[in-house]
Amino acid sequence: MNSQLSVLIGRRFLAACTSLAFVIVTVFAITNILPGDATDALLGQGATPEAITAMRHNLGLDQPVFVRFWVWLWGVLHGEFGHSLLNGLSVADVIGPRLHNSLLLAGASAAISVPVSLFLGITSAIWKDTVYDRVISIMTLGMVSVPEFVIATTAVYVFAVRLHLLPALADVGSVHSLRQFLAAFFMPVASLALVTLAQMVRMTRAAMVDTLSAPYIEMALLKGVGPARLILVHAIPNAIGPIINAVALSLSSLLGGVVVIEVVFTYPGIAGLMVDAVSSRDVPTVQACALVFCVTYLLLTTFADIVTILSLPRGRKA
Amino acid sequence: MIVMFGKLRSKHDRAVLLIAFWILLALLGPLCSSHDPGAIGMQPVFSGPSMAHLLGTDYLGRDTLARLLNGIRHTVLLCFASTLFSCSVGTFLGIAAVTSRVWVEAVTGRLADGFLSIPSLLFALLVIAVFGTSTGALIMTMGIIYTPGAYRTSRALAQRIARLDFVTVARARGESTPYIILQEILPNMAGPMIADVGLRFIYSVLLLSNLSFLGIGVQPPEVDLGSMVRENMLGMAYGSPAMIVPVIVIAVLTVGINLALDSSSGKR
Amino acid sequence: MAATIQVENLEIVGRRGKGEELPIVRNVSFSVQRGEMLALIGESGSGKTTVALSLLGHIRSGCRIAGGTIRVAGYDVTALTPHERRSMRGRVISYVAQNAGSAFNPALSIMRQVVEPALVHRILPRRELEARAVSLFRVLALPEPETIGERYPGELSGGQLQRLMAAMALMTDPEVVIFDEPTTALDVTTQIEVLAVFKEVFAERGITGVYVTHDLSVVSQIADHAVVLKDGAIRETGTVSKILFQPEDPYSQALLAAAEPRSRQTDLAKRPAQPALLDVRKLVVGYGQATSAGLPEKVIVNHVSFSVPKGGMLGVIGESGCGKSTLARAISGLQPWAAGELFLNGASLAGSVRERTPEQRRHLQLVAQNADSVLNPSKPIGKTLERVVRFYSGLKGEAATRRVNELLDMVRLSPALASRLPSELSGGQKQRINFARALAADPQIVLCDEITAALDTVVAAAILDLMKELQRDLGLSFIFITHDLHALQSICDRVAVLYAGQAVEVGPASTLGKGVHHPYTRLLHDSVPLMEPGWLEATQRRRLAEATPVTTLNPLSPDPELCCFLARCSDRVGGLCDRVPPPVLSVSQGSSVLCHLPASIRPEFLS
Repeated sequence: MNSQLSVLIGRRFLAACTSLAFVIVTVFAITNILPGDATDALLGQGATPEAITAMRHNLGLDQPVFVRFWVWLWGVLHGEFGHSLLNGLSVADVIGPRLHNSLLLAGASAAISVPVSLFLGITSAIWKDTVYDRVISIMTLGMVSVPEFVIATTAVYVFAVRLHLLPALADVGSVHSLRQFLAAFFMPVASLALVTLAQMVRMTRAAMVDTLSAPYIEMALLKGVGPARLILVHAIPNAIGPIINAVALSLSSLLGGVVVIEVVFTYPGIAGLMVDAVSSRDVPTVQACALVFCVTYLLLTTFADIVTILSLPRGRKA
Repeated sequence: MIVMFGKLRSKHDRAVLLIAFWILLALLGPLCSSHDPGAIGMQPVFSGPSMAHLLGTDYLGRDTLARLLNGIRHTVLLCFASTLFSCSVGTFLGIAAVTSRVWVEAVTGRLADGFLSIPSLLFALLVIAVFGTSTGALIMTMGIIYTPGAYRTSRALAQRIARLDFVTVARARGESTPYIILQEILPNMAGPMIADVGLRFIYSVLLLSNLSFLGIGVQPPEVDLGSMVRENMLGMAYGSPAMIVPVIVIAVLTVGINLALDSSSGKR
Repeated sequence: MAATIQVENLEIVGRRGKGEELPIVRNVSFSVQRGEMLALIGESGSGKTTVALSLLGHIRSGCRIAGGTIRVAGYDVTALTPHERRSMRGRVISYVAQNAGSAFNPALSIMRQVVEPALVHRILPRRELEARAVSLFRVLALPEPETIGERYPGELSGGQLQRLMAAMALMTDPEVVIFDEPTTALDVTTQIEVLAVFKEVFAERGITGVYVTHDLSVVSQIADHAVVLKDGAIRETGTVSKILFQPEDPYSQALLAAAEPRSRQTDLAKRPAQPALLDVRKLVVGYGQATSAGLPEKVIVNHVSFSVPKGGMLGVIGESGCGKSTLARAISGLQPWAAGELFLNGASLAGSVRERTPEQRRHLQLVAQNADSVLNPSKPIGKTLERVVRFYSGLKGEAATRRVNELLDMVRLSPALASRLPSELSGGQKQRINFARALAADPQIVLCDEITAALDTVVAAAILDLMKELQRDLGLSFIFITHDLHALQSICDRVAVLYAGQAVEVGPASTLGKGVHHPYTRLLHDSVPLMEPGWLEATQRRRLAEATPVTTLNPLSPDPELCCFLARCSDRVGGLCDRVPPPVLSVSQGSSVLCHLPASIRPEFLS
């Protein structure tokens, strides 16, 4: 039984490694199948052929693609992502503090949105088809149907422009008091939490509704089990796997949301950096940011899957 | 296109009609406005609605309505093109995975898993960083991003149908694979796949709007709904229609289709 | 004395989706005296489960009680507050669900669930409840009663779970127990064990109960009174012996006629022997990599041989998981086999349908199991049939339409149905169309895979009649795969008994129950309930008397060569059956049996 479990987890771990390999290769491949290369961007159109050759040699671009991949991978494994094409700074140095900011933003939002959406999702499943459930359903449907920036700009419009309660931009640099801290972080964190909330509520509700329609729930009712016990003892242990899965999937919208939120609030995070790098086609920076994002996402989904496997009831493991 | 939809099951009627309406608006809308969407006139910027400019003017004093109709055209047509791409390629691969040799399913399945392990907005950023923001590149980017999802849906559907007895009987009769795919499997996939097209259309609209809002989607002088919001952000302080109306249009577009799909899935 | 259960003028209405409210239960009244067992008899859609659940005050969502009263053990069920209802359920009245496999919570151990009804009503402390549960497990003849409670539902078999569910219902010593088709999902050989244990417990504890079922033979064993329901209304009420032996209502009579084992055999069966049409020789089908012996890793069908003569009808019987359906798929060329041969009209058949000749494909037709999925839902049935007509005979237009009408007529359906979609047809009609499609090929042999399993008794009986007619009128051969021995006996002239993938016996169907048989064939034959009062007790008594001292098995010898029935066989002989693989022996009545046939089961050799 335990060996069966470790086989399952091992298999999931292997799958994660394959995905990681896929991500690494894709990130490298996409940024290297360009007809021209970084020299064009660095030297411009009017460069002499000699200058280009020299530059290519300096950047190692005259090497075969496999060698370049190996050199790049070796660097990545040592935390060395190359230098920005824009300003020549080490990408790793630029990313470091911004990654910290982004994790703070994402972590704080998740800390709010996960418990709130679990509560809303589970309760609306329990009170299915009541007014409470309908209101939540319609509101969340509306929220998953609009792009993230709409929610963020609406928040800015209401709180900063109309009510003048909070600054429209996140000034993370000058935090000296709790008031300043709240002023700087409240809007981005709240908007991001709102963005992820809707998706998570809907998926949690669906998972819970599914569990509540199982025959063993009806059986428990017929045994005279009360509502609290029905939910806590009979439904939740079975719904926990699907719910964790739902949360993990919704976290991808958290990553997407981070990008938009950081731009709207000019928050100094890694996603904002990446958008700027994309606009200026600063490939090494884009590569590094994309890798960081994908690895984070992969870690989250793998973690969620392993928890799901652990929560599977005995004798039902396939 | 409409003829093709007309034949299909009635379940997703409302969603299909809505999408058809938006495509029609995209095609005909820009012809309805007498203003040139690109013309920078003498008008004040961010003016309110008036008889001359029904929705006021934008940050350069251009007619908002004309720009809006143009923006709808870009958003809807681009997204529809990419949805068609992802759903047809996805359906093709999904059916191929079910009906051909085992390795086809193994390879396509692994590829789809790999693609799905990259968050969509991120993948879009990565591709755009390299291929730029031409219309073709945008359509392809969004098309590729949503292909694995469409592939999974259609593979699951085809798998379920291929296991049903009427397909078994057809195979035992010795029918050819093309006959089984075209006559037995596809007609029964149509309904659920329409729902999938609707969903992916919404996803594309959301993604494109986000990209354009971030400044890495549709580029000036062209305009779509997302980039309209971006360029008129300053108008927020004045409550300008140039910034608010495109937001409302996106919401109406996506919420409407989502509601239509939601109501039909509940009626099962 | 007031009856323990008293239902008067019960009306329940319900709606599907946003439609109108329709009556589900109409003006139902009945009563059950203390210590009695009442059977609620009905086919699918008769409202029997709805009535049963209403006794517990439970109405499924979308439905409501529109009128009438329900009194159970002094409670007015329809007037209870939610809190009172909760306190009654599980304590005064308990429920045994139809499918224990899904009615047990997969995430909780058996013990936690079994003691739960008593625990939530605070009847005794947990420790004492667990002791009581263990003693109930023992009474219900569950294996390892001390420790079975620690296991989880996914680790136990269907028969065990069904008995555990009964233990759960009895934990609180309720006054009333509702059984909702508790043995329908079980194999017959398991069903008889569960029924016997149930009946013993009923008698011992004097349980008042309601037993919901569609199976009249089960009713005759278990119940004292019966109510026949159809479309939510009562058709007949009375004692079991009256309803089973002198039914007055036409519907009860029809039900009874369909359930009565009756022979549809004609003198056709007594014709001179015909040459073999289909010959199956040592067929092996399985999944996974081939092992060193050249056999697949997981063998599903294991060296099965039989033949079907021209115009003959062979029944293949076995319980779920014995490899029946895999065998059908292999014969129709949908599942390649690992070893063995197949001959049709003396010519070898290829393993894959694509490699067979068009003639071979035409001559061998498959009628698949599930009436709901057997027709393409997006095509009118006329189109479905036309396609087959064109595929095999090339007929088009007018001629094809004429042929389709002819086919519909053959299966006794109106040609007007040709324009309908499958969703507009009933289960029986769909199964007839299914037949018509096979007939469209003008076949020689038709392979029927569990075609009556999903149908109600009356409809299934009509399908069996149709098969017999087709055999007589068209000279067709059939392979009839089923788990229903009565159905098989009523139409087949030969039988192949499948157990764990092996054909343990092949022989004439008419001799079942007589002469020398494989121990499993006997077990199967004896387990099919008969509509005779006292059958259950008599059978159990006979079994106990017959049970030979059990020889200890060598648990470490799962030698695949040995008898597959060894573990369950009551006639096994130590030193022989657990050492030597069984031979194929021919016995006097013309069967071949895969068994050592020890002296205990062939008395004629003793004398």
